[in-house]
Amino acid sequence: MSDFTAHISPIVLLDVSLLTMLIIVAFAMLRSRHLFAVVMLSGIFSLLSAAFFVSLDAVDVAFTEAAVGAGISTVLMLGGMLLTARREKPAAKGRAPVALAVVLATGAALIYATTDMPAFGDPNSPANSYVGQLYVEKTPNDIAVPNIVTAVLASYRGFDTLGEVMVIFTAGIAVILLLGAGSGRGGRKVADRAVSGQEGSGHDSSDHETSDKGGK
Amino acid sequence: MEHAILRVTTKIFFAPIILYALYVQFHGDYGPGGGFQAGIIFAVAFILHAFCFGLEETKKALPQRALIVAMVVGLLFYAGTGVATMLLGGNLLAYDVIVPGSAHNAGQHYGILLVEWGVGVTVASTMLTIFYHFTGREPDIDQEDW
Repeated sequence: MSDFTAHISPIVLLDVSLLTMLIIVAFAMLRSRHLFAVVMLSGIFSLLSAAFFVSLDAVDVAFTEAAVGAGISTVLMLGGMLLTARREKPAAKGRAPVALAVVLATGAALIYATTDMPAFGDPNSPANSYVGQLYVEKTPNDIAVPNIVTAVLASYRGFDTLGEVMVIFTAGIAVILLLGAGSGRGGRKVADRAVSGQEGSGHDSSDHETSDKGGK
Repeated sequence: MEHAILRVTTKIFFAPIILYALYVQFHGDYGPGGGFQAGIIFAVAFILHAFCFGLEETKKALPQRALIVAMVVGLLFYAGTGVATMLLGGNLLAYDVIVPGSAHNAGQHYGILLVEWGVGVTVASTMLTIFYHFTGREPDIDQEDW
């Protein structure tokens, strides 16, 4: 069980450089107050993690991360950013020692937990042993499609995927209900108070902000 | 005419992006991809169109009413495949009954194709719906926030 040792290869250099860039981008996102830069950096972060998934041989996940994380999410964040301020308001002074302690404790626990994790690519690891191994063995006979990920997603776990599609559908319906003006059949347009208030008084904009928070 | 290069580039790239989305959609059995990714790529083509020609032009090409119908049709397509397998005498989403007695699992192939098509239609129309609704709102920003 434990005689498996991870194969060290020059790919490790690639992995390390990708992970380093991920950390650098994450800190750059933390430091920046310019929301446009933060949105762009989050797109770069997604693209880097997609490259990292490719290096882990998880091409389906990498494809999804590149399309959803780097593509659609960035566009939607830009669209959301246009509705709010361009710059993050400066945070209140003070180090918030409780939050710092919680973050440090959680991080230390996570790092401690990695010492118990199986080696990278270990065929005897729990994730690869039971049902995962069964899928790999059965797919050529049961489903006979070359991409095992598709076989698991659409056939073995077809009911799960139906639920996922329902989640996406629900998200679309919720956005229509919260942000849509009028009904989908082209009903009478309902005037948004915050938008229709051309005076731009303080009360209207604060009203708009609360409705946006409800949308998230 | 403003941004001539961007407009021409968008027009050139629009059809290949749609074609690539269809490739990802129908090639999901054989390589990476499937309905989720294909739906996103399909939506991205129209988002690119909206960036270059304005949201109103895109809404003329693909109206919101059609998107809502597509959202429902995609989900019902998936669920309907499951109901169809039940009516054919199998379990929910047990695709083998679509082509009974096939040595090459043809039923599984057809079932996966049908289901992935439902996923792709729903994801594409939902993503475009969310995009339309977010970018269609008029910004209301205080002057000092710029």
